[in-house]
Amino acid sequence: MRLAAALLLGALALAAPAGASEERPTLAELETELYCPTCASPLDQSDAPIAQRMKAYVSDLIAEGRTKGEIKEEMVAQFGERVLAAPPRRGFNLLAWVLPFAGLLVGGGAVGFAAWRWSRGREDDAPPEGAADPALNGRSRLDPELDRRLDEALARYDD
Amino acid sequence: MPARLRLAAQVSAVGVVSALLGLLVWSVATEGRSKVPQRLEGRTLAAPDFELARIDRPGTLSLVSLRGKVVVVNFWASWCKPCKEEAPFLERTWQRYRSQGLVVLGVDYNDVDRDARGFARRYGMTYPLVRDRRGTVLVNDYGGTGVPETFFVDRKGKLVGDRIRGPVDDGEFRKRFDRYLRLALRS
Repeated sequence: MRLAAALLLGALALAAPAGASEERPTLAELETELYCPTCASPLDQSDAPIAQRMKAYVSDLIAEGRTKGEIKEEMVAQFGERVLAAPPRRGFNLLAWVLPFAGLLVGGGAVGFAAWRWSRGREDDAPPEGAADPALNGRSRLDPELDRRLDEALARYDD
Repeated sequence: MPARLRLAAQVSAVGVVSALLGLLVWSVATEGRSKVPQRLEGRTLAAPDFELARIDRPGTLSLVSLRGKVVVVNFWASWCKPCKEEAPFLERTWQRYRSQGLVVLGVDYNDVDRDARGFARRYGMTYPLVRDRRGTVLVNDYGGTGVPETFFVDRKGKLVGDRIRGPVDDGEFRKRFDRYLRLALRS
């Protein structure tokens, strides 16, 4: 019970700033979430005339009491979705959010599977217990054909 | 893993990598390529058509709807300083030659609606004004790099002269503007 209450309090503590940010956004945070369309950089990193005008417009919208979502919608209406630093999580743009995680999952799965197969392969290749030849001194046994040719060569050398 | 499954996985992987490589090559090959080359003089090219929302009144306006007229297509923005200098000159040109079938068409680029309307009021722009909201007409179709930039379209819808990058009322730009305008009006 105490744990549940602590978790709830923690969630509320995290949610409160997010809600405040949505209801009362600041110019500084919106400048990082909006892009200058002609300079391909966030507004906070651009002093281009269009960026300055966009900052002034965002300030006006904040002063009008618009929420962060409303301001972003207005900027998209004026300039298109390219002004958003992060693509909206809907439609085709959802791929940009999902694909990296899917890629990580698939890549991680592939690496895990390969590692599992590799370790199994090593177990399968290992000689049965008790079959190890002390004369081999831990080395693998030679191919019989190669072994025969090596013996012949050594015999010729001895002669 | 069965041989068939392994083969299918390998073919799929090669297919995906090939598709991504193809996409990369296509993207590099077509990047920055517009319908209008950077230098026009001596070439006969159809002006890329567009249909954009009007600023000065409700509705849309397309370039093709002005066929039979000489059109000076001027890309501008309210935040652009040289655009303030040339706007009165363009208004005077429109008033002077409109009886000869000339239309100055102002295409507002990357702007806020209310700024664009305020700019048009302040500088007394009475010629047709439309909005290139996403900047695709200037950049993708006309190969423009910024504002102001001006093109001349003859009565048959062909581009005449060359593009002018800069305020058309100023020095050398003005001489070129007069030359291209005469060429277009003679068409």
